[in-house]
Amino acid sequence: MNGFMSKSEQVQALQREILAMQGFRVRPEREQQDTGLGIINQSFPHHTFPANAVHEFISGAPEEAAATSGFMTGLLGKLDRSGRYLWVSTRRTVFPPAIRLLGLAPDQVIFVDAASNRDALWAIEEGLKCASLAAVVGEVRDLSFTESRRLQLAVEQSRVTGLIHRSGSRLPGVTACVSRWRIRPLPSQTAEGLPGVGFPRWQVELLKIRNGKPGVWQVEWTVSGFRIACLEQAAAVPVLQRTA
Amino acid sequence: MGRYLSIWLPQLLADRTVLLDPDLQDKAFVLTRAQRGRVMILVASDAAIREGIVPGLVLADARAVLPGLLVFGDKPGQAEELLTGLALWCLRFTPVAAIDPPDGLVLDISGCAHLWGGEVAYLKELLHRLRQAGYRARAAIADTIGAAWALARYGQDNPVISPGTQLEALLALPPAALRLEPLVLERLQKLGLYRIGHFIHMPGTVLRRRFGPQLTERIGLATGQLIESCEPVLPAPIYQERLPCLEPVRTRTAIDIALRQLLQQLCNRLLQERKGLRHAVFKGYRIDGALEQVSIGTNRAVRDVAHLLKLFEQQLATITPALGIELFVLEAPVVEELPVQQETLWQDPGGERDTQLAGLLDRIAGRMGEGAIHRYLPAEHYWPERAIKAALSLQDKTTTAWRTDRPRPVCLLPLPEKITVSVPIPDYPPLSFTSKGQLHRVKKADGPERVECEWWLDQDRVRDYYYVEDEQGARYWLFRSGQYDEHTPEWYLHGYFA
Repeated sequence: MNGFMSKSEQVQALQREILAMQGFRVRPEREQQDTGLGIINQSFPHHTFPANAVHEFISGAPEEAAATSGFMTGLLGKLDRSGRYLWVSTRRTVFPPAIRLLGLAPDQVIFVDAASNRDALWAIEEGLKCASLAAVVGEVRDLSFTESRRLQLAVEQSRVTGLIHRSGSRLPGVTACVSRWRIRPLPSQTAEGLPGVGFPRWQVELLKIRNGKPGVWQVEWTVSGFRIACLEQAAAVPVLQRTA
Repeated sequence: MGRYLSIWLPQLLADRTVLLDPDLQDKAFVLTRAQRGRVMILVASDAAIREGIVPGLVLADARAVLPGLLVFGDKPGQAEELLTGLALWCLRFTPVAAIDPPDGLVLDISGCAHLWGGEVAYLKELLHRLRQAGYRARAAIADTIGAAWALARYGQDNPVISPGTQLEALLALPPAALRLEPLVLERLQKLGLYRIGHFIHMPGTVLRRRFGPQLTERIGLATGQLIESCEPVLPAPIYQERLPCLEPVRTRTAIDIALRQLLQQLCNRLLQERKGLRHAVFKGYRIDGALEQVSIGTNRAVRDVAHLLKLFEQQLATITPALGIELFVLEAPVVEELPVQQETLWQDPGGERDTQLAGLLDRIAGRMGEGAIHRYLPAEHYWPERAIKAALSLQDKTTTAWRTDRPRPVCLLPLPEKITVSVPIPDYPPLSFTSKGQLHRVKKADGPERVECEWWLDQDRVRDYYYVEDEQGARYWLFRSGQYDEHTPEWYLHGYFA
């Protein structure tokens, strides 16, 4: 009978409703932007990168932090938004000429150097409230649940993309961010054993995603953008999420 | 014609000495200075003057008259310094205050007195304040600086001369009230001209022939036939709004109201003149004489009250009213052209007239300081530290393209970090390197990329950069500083690649 749906269909329909209530609206096809994330998109609700949300990246060593900065920059470049970018940090090491190599115009980025974590979070929040910005990148050490909630509320009003990079934070804790990522550098590959260093290559772990499926991928940054190989789709739930 | 107030502080230095050491009150003391091999008395206290010790006497003579006389040395320039301080204090009464050495001040009070309820009340208040601070003073108000000067020093009864009547007021005064040289005064005295009224109506040619050009000039200045100007201690700001309070203000709410009112007035004026401010200072004059102030800067010309209020709010907490603030002043030292334009009906993200973004940056600068915000443009230098230059404004455009032909690390260390390496042969990338006690084996490498130091800017060794990858896949930017044949090369880690 047509009037009855199977249990799984009912659950799916309900999930869609919940998603719509939470702000993950299904946007018309023409408005959906392809972030070039390919297969990773399948992990997101509605198979679209949630651009109007706060994403959290965690990293340990400076090598990982550099890989994370690289991935974030590539992602921002692919979002293809008009407007400027705000880059707030307490200890800034990012080198503007390299941003160009990763697909973002460095002169569109406004760097803010905060003296303390508190000042940095204030600037990030103010930036996320400013709808004329394309995205805000925040490099902070700590982010409590309350602070992340404030950032998320700011984004829901302004529809700005927020990327929070927590470098050297020992306990990731619980945050209200829509996702949590961890990027690690992988050895690059060169064709046919050619000498030299190849394209940057990362292991991208999506540790948490609200209403989506976490996963692990190998991502390479080439001249044309991301090239993604599936490592283990929805791999065993990563250790970090369980401790969180 | 303007209105001027002249203040005479006859015992300025003596009063100051008593203020610094209250024990000297009612004591006979003098301030002296060595002149032509003798020690002369410059200033004598009231008690000393009663004993017949007057300025101009030689110290040895004074000691003979009064053996217990206290003697202090005089610091050259002290009077000017004190007068400047007092003139700055007087800025709460008028925006134009000037010093009149050696013992006076001149204030341009045109359009100021009504705020204190008339010129008589204004003068009374000013003198009362000076006396409270410990300075004995006389003052007079007239149409010209010369007449005010004369009446402050030699006037007998009414210190406030109504407009246009300065000539009558001067008639009874002695010639010294005209600021004349001693020689001219002596000559007038000899001729029996003891009052200004005795000679002021004589023809100018006669006076000039007899007494020189100074006398006619001084008469002209005092009566207003010639214009005299004074040089203010602080140039009067053009964009300034003042708000005197009936009662001293102590609460945050009242300060907020004052600021809002002043901003409203200033912005209205800026709108009429099609200007916007880039820098503003909000001052509060406290009744104990201290000055509290906060200042803000903006990224673009602004005349939006709400936005400016927000910028000031971040700093208002630093104002301590103490016993109360009696006068608020808002100044805009830097203004720029800001044409009247259609209020935007739609947002223009990233555009040049993006007020929302400019507002955000103003708020950040207000909290963290101007130096916290940076934007970079490419600079035509190979040396990595010089490859970028700070953009001057949001509207600055790139003149050259960003270079993308060379690998550059996404994280550049502010200072290169020294590492130890093992290198097989010169000009080859290292086999391994140790950074912070950790050994990295190099698996893949690119380079060298030689970067010469620009000798016309700086003297440094050449650098050979290598892009290397270790066995974990982490990518580094290393360089060797110096050439093998010239120096002992040193190796550094300069950045991390993505």
